Amino acid sequence: MASIAGALRRPYNPTGVWRWMTTVDHKKIGVLYGVSSFIFFLFGGLEALIMRIQLARAGQDIVSPEVFSQLFTMHALTMIFLGVMPLSAAFFNLMVPLMIGARDVAFPRLNAFSYWLFLFGAILLQSGWFLGGSPNVGWFAYAPLTSSSFSPGNGMEFYIVGLGVLGISSVAAALNFIVTIINMRAPGMSLMRMPVFIWMTLITSFLLITAFPVITVGLIELYFDRTFGMNFFNPDAGADVVLWQHLFWVFGHPEVYILILPAMGIVSEVLPTFSRKPLFGYSVVVLSGITIGFMGWAVWSHHMFTVGLGPIANSVFAITTMSIAVPTAVKIFNWIATMWGGSINIKTPMLFAIGFVGMFIIGGLSGVMHSIAPADAQQQDTYFVVAHIHYVLFGGSIFAIFSGIYYWFPKASGRMLNERIGQIHFWLVTIGFNMAFFPMHFLGLDGMPRRQYTYQTEMGWDFWNLISTMGSLILGIGILVFLHNFFRSLRHGEIAGNDPWDGRTLEWSISSPPPEYNFATIPTVHGRDAFWEEKYGHDGMTVPVVPAGVEANNDAADSHHGIHMPSPSYMPMIAAIGLSVAGYGLIYHFAASVVGASITLVAIFGWAMEPSAEPTNAEGDS
Amino acid sequence: MIKHLISAPNRVAKTLITSAVMFQRRHIKTSTTLLALLGLLIIVGCTPSHPLSTFDANGPVAQRQLDLFMVTFWVSAFIFVTVGSGLIYTVIKFRRKPGQGIPKQVHGNTKLEIGWTIVPIILLGAMAIPTVITQFYISEPPAGDQLTINVVAHQWWWDIKYPESGVITANELHVPVGTTINVEMTSNDVIHSFWVPKLAGKLDIMPGKTTSLWFRADEVGEYFGQCAEFCGESHAWMKFRVFAEPIAEFEAWQQKQLANAANPTTAEETQGASTFVAKGCIACHSISGVLGAAGVIGPNLTHLGGRSTIAAGVMDMNQDNLRKWLTDPNEIKPGNIMSNSPVSLAYTNPNFALTTEDINNLVAFLHSLK
Repeated sequence: MASIAGALRRPYNPTGVWRWMTTVDHKKIGVLYGVSSFIFFLFGGLEALIMRIQLARAGQDIVSPEVFSQLFTMHALTMIFLGVMPLSAAFFNLMVPLMIGARDVAFPRLNAFSYWLFLFGAILLQSGWFLGGSPNVGWFAYAPLTSSSFSPGNGMEFYIVGLGVLGISSVAAALNFIVTIINMRAPGMSLMRMPVFIWMTLITSFLLITAFPVITVGLIELYFDRTFGMNFFNPDAGADVVLWQHLFWVFGHPEVYILILPAMGIVSEVLPTFSRKPLFGYSVVVLSGITIGFMGWAVWSHHMFTVGLGPIANSVFAITTMSIAVPTAVKIFNWIATMWGGSINIKTPMLFAIGFVGMFIIGGLSGVMHSIAPADAQQQDTYFVVAHIHYVLFGGSIFAIFSGIYYWFPKASGRMLNERIGQIHFWLVTIGFNMAFFPMHFLGLDGMPRRQYTYQTEMGWDFWNLISTMGSLILGIGILVFLHNFFRSLRHGEIAGNDPWDGRTLEWSISSPPPEYNFATIPTVHGRDAFWEEKYGHDGMTVPVVPAGVEANNDAADSHHGIHMPSPSYMPMIAAIGLSVAGYGLIYHFAASVVGASITLVAIFGWAMEPSAEPTNAEGDS
Repeated sequence: MIKHLISAPNRVAKTLITSAVMFQRRHIKTSTTLLALLGLLIIVGCTPSHPLSTFDANGPVAQRQLDLFMVTFWVSAFIFVTVGSGLIYTVIKFRRKPGQGIPKQVHGNTKLEIGWTIVPIILLGAMAIPTVITQFYISEPPAGDQLTINVVAHQWWWDIKYPESGVITANELHVPVGTTINVEMTSNDVIHSFWVPKLAGKLDIMPGKTTSLWFRADEVGEYFGQCAEFCGESHAWMKFRVFAEPIAEFEAWQQKQLANAANPTTAEETQGASTFVAKGCIACHSISGVLGAAGVIGPNLTHLGGRSTIAAGVMDMNQDNLRKWLTDPNEIKPGNIMSNSPVSLAYTNPNFALTTEDINNLVAFLHSLK
């Protein structure tokens, strides 16, 4: 009995690497998310650069067609599932509790579990590179190219199990944030007083828990087809291969909004702060976000305009897709109106936010062009689409993520990122990005199909491909400049202080980096832009209302106040390891799955049984 | 209240127009320059003479699609220039000035917001109407004379049959100019997509079902085609051609295709014909007129020498290219079954490997199949 109790004991004061491995602190988990996903982001970028170098001129033979197929498949999977999504999750983790005035997320251990499962799922997805080949069928993985006869080997299994594991992680994280946002807001923070970033997190989380089950069904069916010879997607047995496309895109289109809504949230925080004005039309921006979230479910077949669904289906999906441009356009107008009449301080976070708006206008408009179904028949599967997705996912999501990094780095680290290097970073990335991706519009209209590992010089695509490759290299240099800035500033950056940007939301009311418990006293919120109103009063006209919490927080940076924070735990990581082992078992041998599942079950048992708080007598249970 | 409701849209419009006019007066010059630059960029960027260009439309389907694209392009360009210059103007004009205090805290403006919700709805509505009309137009071939062609897509080539005349060929469609062509398509393996940008936008080809697409070539000419859906390793090399010919020329072509293969004349050609049989090529390829050559796994080669390209539109038809292809097909089209399937004895069974002499004879024979 003593040994079981010993195994279940929580690590109360772990040191060194264990401090990170057992942490349940949302801020540490946020950092873990951020660092790991940025590494994957770099990896995905490297994959892109190899492809760009291969395509720089006609008829090059730098990588084989087989490797090229793996590269474009993994580039998409890496950037979407291991880059942009977890980078957004890093912001959710770091900022949500701070912005709503909470001490942690609702389920701290579940949060740690989400992170570790993300990491192990990511490693599983990437391990194809070292274990005989990555998936090579495109991230959309259209049947029947994914069947065991057309895709022998384990590449597809890494795809299926990897995405399955990542899905569990995402759903767990999303549930956690929904509960956190609904239940743990500071007193006075009604829904319509929440920062827009919190709104977008909430909408994204709902999209996650509703979209991932759809792809999971598809993945399980595909796994059954490949492993047990079932016929969900086998046309020879009478299956309709379009079924997979519906399952994939019913998930895949909400996924697009999962990638962009957090970015819109970040920008909706940065623009007001650096314009010193509240967000223009807060309710409309929030409502637009909700509308986009709903409409995201009604447009999936625009990825399938060339499948031959018929004129009625194409017309309906063309119109629903066009209509989603309305809330998007409204947001853009509101962002510009936020700056109008403001006092715009052009610092790096603001540069990236403005860049986001500019790039998103281009990406949004090419999106509208794609919604015109008959014209899209010429654009589908060409570089025009590649240009479009990069304008919304790089010019959109990644620009906003950089904006968020420059904006909140001081809060998370206590130091500022260097402004001059930041500006160099911004301009290199902006010039490189536009050079790399704008010419792709021309290439697409000139008929260059996607996913070709090479092309012939008589097609006339050499020039713009070369420009694009040069742009991608400049973009790559821009990212290196950012890394330099990051590591330099981590050590030598200017000390930030609590509120370096004259912020509007609650996270700026506490020290940088925040204490483990965030708020010594939970603040009381009296309006939108809670901290701004505390500083300047409502609209800068009335006398500031300083609630008790703020002063107490400023005074109480060092004292612990007897606040009980959840103790660290080994269990989330062990449970995640078990699932990952079970995942490899699904690929190699079911015995490993049994072992893995048992590890997870034991860990969950331990999770349920371990004491929730530090015992008064550390040896109490021996 | 009712009066208020009636006047609301009026006031919304007024506000919008006033702000637009104010904005335009200052920026009309910048906007025009930007728009002109953008137009120039597009024209330079998309030189319409390239083989797969979507700008060089021929025939009603591609033309309607291009017209629709141009409408959306100019609407988008206008929005881009207006909103983009608005963004730049705002950022420059409202930059923080030294010593500037807190600006007026504006939380919103209902009228403006209603306005800029309605404007995109109107613009999109205007684009939706031609979209739906065109979608219905391109989905159903017009009544009247039609020629049906059956296409079966394979990894990575095209099997082409003319059900009315019985012609069987591969990788090159011949069509009479000015006739509605109805292409009925299915796939033998994975999903492919039929795309001849100058004639019609693409349509996917599915195993287990039939999709159909129509087009009409209004001018005589050679049109490039390309599989547009990723279909495996050599997706890039799944090309084809469409030749639009005057009706008499097309009829003559059909008659020629229906004839048996030409008899070998030189010694090399005769030797080539027997090599074709002996090395097992006949397991996959048909040549009508050669005894036993009735395979249906690969392209029909009866009139191979008369085609303008080999390896599905990848190389020009000539003896050198044929030799290259026969020497190492995997080099030209990685992963193809001729190089890799155990059925393909000449390439996968050392006992049947082709000698240089075999290849020379085969080249002579195949090239003679006009």
